[in-house]
Amino acid sequence: MATPTQNQPTTTTPAPVYNPKSESTTVKRIKSTIFHIVALGLVAMVLYPALWMISAAFKPNSEIGGANNALWSNNFSFDNFATAMEGIGGVSTLTFFTNSLILAVGAVVGTVLSASISAYAFARINFPGRGLFFGMMIATLLLPFHVVIIPQYIVFQQLGLVDTYVPLLIGKFLAADAFFVFLMVQFMRGLPAELDEAARIDGAGHVRIFGSIMLPLMKPALISTSIFSFIWSWNDFLGPLLYLNTPDKYPLPLALRLFVDQTQSSDYGAMIAMSVLALLPVLVFFLVFQRYIVEGVSTQGLKG
Amino acid sequence: MTQSPTLSRRTASAPTPPRKSRRRGADARAGYTFLLPWLLGFIALTVGPMISSLYLSFTNYNLFDAPKWIGFDNYVSLFQDERFLQSVGVTMQYVVFGTPLKLAAALAIAMLLNSKRKGQGFYRSSFYAPSLIGASVSIAIVWKAMFGDSGPVDQGLSFFGINLGGWVGNPNMTMGMMILLTVWQFGAPMVIFLAGLKQIPADLYEAASMDGAGPVRKFMNITWPMLSPVIFFNLLMETIHAFQIFASAYIISNGEGGPAGSTLFYTLYLYLRGFSDFRMGYASAMAWLLVIVVGIITLIFFKTSKSWVHYSGDAK
Repeated sequence: MATPTQNQPTTTTPAPVYNPKSESTTVKRIKSTIFHIVALGLVAMVLYPALWMISAAFKPNSEIGGANNALWSNNFSFDNFATAMEGIGGVSTLTFFTNSLILAVGAVVGTVLSASISAYAFARINFPGRGLFFGMMIATLLLPFHVVIIPQYIVFQQLGLVDTYVPLLIGKFLAADAFFVFLMVQFMRGLPAELDEAARIDGAGHVRIFGSIMLPLMKPALISTSIFSFIWSWNDFLGPLLYLNTPDKYPLPLALRLFVDQTQSSDYGAMIAMSVLALLPVLVFFLVFQRYIVEGVSTQGLKG
Repeated sequence: MTQSPTLSRRTASAPTPPRKSRRRGADARAGYTFLLPWLLGFIALTVGPMISSLYLSFTNYNLFDAPKWIGFDNYVSLFQDERFLQSVGVTMQYVVFGTPLKLAAALAIAMLLNSKRKGQGFYRSSFYAPSLIGASVSIAIVWKAMFGDSGPVDQGLSFFGINLGGWVGNPNMTMGMMILLTVWQFGAPMVIFLAGLKQIPADLYEAASMDGAGPVRKFMNITWPMLSPVIFFNLLMETIHAFQIFASAYIISNGEGGPAGSTLFYTLYLYLRGFSDFRMGYASAMAWLLVIVVGIITLIFFKTSKSWVHYSGDAK
């Protein structure tokens, strides 16, 4: 890292006398080295919990905590994962995975459909009351959702829908995550209005304009929405905790809680292995869609 | 569906130009048709429940017997309920210390990263990653293990001669642990800060350098005011978000808010009241109080923002 001078292009040192430019590049290089040392140190600190988690998942129980906290162990094995895959209470971990997947895919489909349709109304159609509803939609972004969970629960309970996925998915199909509607409105507003005009002249109605012109152009917004609604649903804990009672319907976060309750600290290794498994899809998503995710955050103010 | 016969060259979204009323009627119908998913959700899942929880907050309701009107009793007993007051204290501590610390970390590291050096993408992604997983059950389990007796945190501190024991079982340390968990997720606001910093024109700094301004003056007179809309956005969103922490507190305290109530966050207590004790009226009163408090804080933020948030032409 600190041997920079060799690969320095010779053009920068034409004069044999005192050259302020070459000195400033040395200073620059030192500064840049310091920057990378500091930044890498911070990265190590920030990623330490993740590394610790992965390392612990492969360690025998006797080496987690206690005297041995090193990240490396000579006794790494997949035993914890084998135990974690067995599941809890007679339900295999594969079932929890499937449940999480059903919920997450349902959330993605519902959110993409409902948010894009509603956003089209906000962004592209002029109708009385649009401004008012738009303001209300923004207000729901700031509303603590705890104010609605009790009545919602009462209604779903009376409809006999507790312990089904309906309460967890219906909101997704009704654009209840205002953030995604907002994201898509912002995106659509950025598309040129001439597109609609031309289509209207050709006799296309709103359905055609939305389906054949807007949707294909909205790909980036649709992808960000899909990624985030998948991850949010995958990590959601409160919703399933409220509505699901039977373990074979549990998604992973709830299964993990059951695991913690039942084993307490007796099988740390398996518990952490299961935590790793539960995060795996999120991590894969992150590695694959990194750019979309980070861009989505920086341009739309999306939360993690 | 709604064919528009008018060959108007006007745009659909421009509000001013006069239009044929036929087109307007068609647009109104189409507008509400497309809005239907959101509108249904808004009425059935937000407005309706908000009104009924307001009503419930004035009743005694246990999910099985009919709600019984008791006026302001729930609100009065809230303020005599020690556990409630404790949950308010715990949540306030978390919001007041956690949020500014998280944002300070986010801003500091965003400023560090705001250069044309190599490895930007790698650093940005690495710092952002915890934001994506930090609120999950998995991380709460890991956090609990790391801060437990003779976990890596305890051992690391012992190495420096600081013997605190496990943080999880120590009521004086649990808040620190929760705050570290939120600060660890500084990546999301950092990425937003970074995008804001890139909008600040470099010639402002060059001009300041020529006038002999040091880094502190540059920060106070350029970075802070230019970035203030972004700081405001992050502060508002993170504060509102912090009030609603639930999963991590639930897992770390086994759903009880312990030890000694030190992790009894507001939403956790609300959940316990509503869904363990089935005191739905009481929990609704708590929920409405939260809405009111968050509303007041939002209002205060917006009111005071006039004095320190600068909106200029191109800085968003």
